[in-house]
Amino acid sequence: MKILVCISSVPDTTTKITFTNNNTELNSAGVQFVINPNDEFGLTKALQLKEANPGSTVTVIHVGPAANDPVIRKSLAIGADDAVRIDCEALDALQVANEIAAYVKANPFDVIITGKESIDYNGAIVPHALGELLGIPSVSPCIGLEIKGNEAKLTGMVDGGKEELTASLPVVAGGQKGLVDEKELRIPNMRGIMQARTKPLAVVAPTGSDVSQKVSNYDSPAPKAACKMIDANNVEELVNLLQNEAKVI
Amino acid sequence: MSVLIYIEHTNGTVKKNVLEAASYAVAFAEKIGSSATGVAIGDVSDDEIKKVGSSGISKVIKIGGQSYLNHQKVAAIINDMANSLNASTVIFPGSTEGKGAGARLAIKMGAGIATEVVDIPSSTSPITLKKKAFSGKGFANIELTKAKNVIVISTNSFGVAEKQVDCSIEASSTSSNDKSLKHVSFDRNTEGISLPDAELVVSAGRGLKGPENWGMIEELAGTLGAATACSKPVSDIGWRGHHEHVGQTGIAISPNLYIAVGISGAIQHLAGVSSSKTIVVINTDSEAPFFKAADYGIVGDAFDVVPKLTAALKAAKG
Repeated sequence: MKILVCISSVPDTTTKITFTNNNTELNSAGVQFVINPNDEFGLTKALQLKEANPGSTVTVIHVGPAANDPVIRKSLAIGADDAVRIDCEALDALQVANEIAAYVKANPFDVIITGKESIDYNGAIVPHALGELLGIPSVSPCIGLEIKGNEAKLTGMVDGGKEELTASLPVVAGGQKGLVDEKELRIPNMRGIMQARTKPLAVVAPTGSDVSQKVSNYDSPAPKAACKMIDANNVEELVNLLQNEAKVI
Repeated sequence: MSVLIYIEHTNGTVKKNVLEAASYAVAFAEKIGSSATGVAIGDVSDDEIKKVGSSGISKVIKIGGQSYLNHQKVAAIINDMANSLNASTVIFPGSTEGKGAGARLAIKMGAGIATEVVDIPSSTSPITLKKKAFSGKGFANIELTKAKNVIVISTNSFGVAEKQVDCSIEASSTSSNDKSLKHVSFDRNTEGISLPDAELVVSAGRGLKGPENWGMIEELAGTLGAATACSKPVSDIGWRGHHEHVGQTGIAISPNLYIAVGISGAIQHLAGVSSSKTIVVINTDSEAPFFKAADYGIVGDAFDVVPKLTAALKAAKG
């Protein structure tokens, strides 16, 4: 079985987000970039599927510039067999999906795993757009994935619950926590890090798919007014404020 | 160049996030000098569909004969409708189904797509929109450069506008039938309120010391009619299910009221909840960073404050 994991490079979750150059760019000074957390759950699932199905391979693919190679090498250190980087600065999610779909059409895979969304642009677009472009089913957010022969059993999140589904391979699954547990995530060991240096990383030219949007600038959330403190022995005052000042209950 | 709005229903109920998307669609259509038409699919009553009349939608096309729906089926059917009605913009509520159908539809239509959208266009040529980015830590103002676009609303960000009109329903049908995903079963959380579109949320963290202490959180939530949620550490150690984890790597929510009990307020947690309209923090540590992001705060022990708050709410409600 050939498994493809799509990874995105995003600011670490502890990053305080600020903007620069007239608020037209993310201020990346001092920002640590990591594998998108949702993608990392997917990568771990891919490695588990590989171990359960001997002879399988796990390839990671990333659309981005050479500056993002560290997250690709980390994925290889965690256990992926090889990697592909499509060499372009994508401007929107559809461009990312188009570039990955073009690669997959030329190099087919049985299972394609993405994150349900990246934690920077939060589009939640790539898994479904990829499924549509390839003419195959997509389930995202996906919190359960089992493969038996040519069939996938998938558990999709729906608002207020979950849905069990089946589909013939190939499929796209959009991972998040729950696809594997937090404690199942793998930390690269020294041997993995050494091996990652020599695992294949193919750099592929983009197809030049068109762009459907561009960011003009960014805004930061409006600052909160000072917190009103209420005495722990006077919770009635909190109820009064919620009813009559905030008017939310 | 009309505007379509997908009237999603959950087991036959049209929820508030759909009325919000309908309100958005009406405002969007006005802005571009057009009108908004609803599309409803499957087992939903006319009375439920007509709820969108309160948001200003005067016409809904109802497509029968689809007892089971998923995002792929919805995308295929809406694409047929968009073609036959020459729609330039299709609007979806910010639900899981809305996002999934929206992304697949954008590819089918050759359209652009923006999700997590919080406001109507500030300009219409090109269409310029504000969307959430960086998991609640910022907003991006984006220009849509395609002639056709799919827009998915961020739940609880635009609000529901009261704009009652008569709503007429026109029956239609479809030959579209995507069977590539086979439904096996649904497991809906029948207890409590769905978290992603809840208006009131009570959430708790490690300060509660153990899963056996969640009874008071559920009672407070029950008294308010609120959904329950939890912090990442609580779901990681298995005190509560993943579906309750709110934060940057869990569910991002923007309810009217978010009550955080025993949660210190790490930046990753704040990212997922900071767009809540009103935030109440209850924590023993007066230095907890969450107080800086809160509207109202109580320094005190959850085991003391939460039962008193529940009692005070019951008394206030009579």
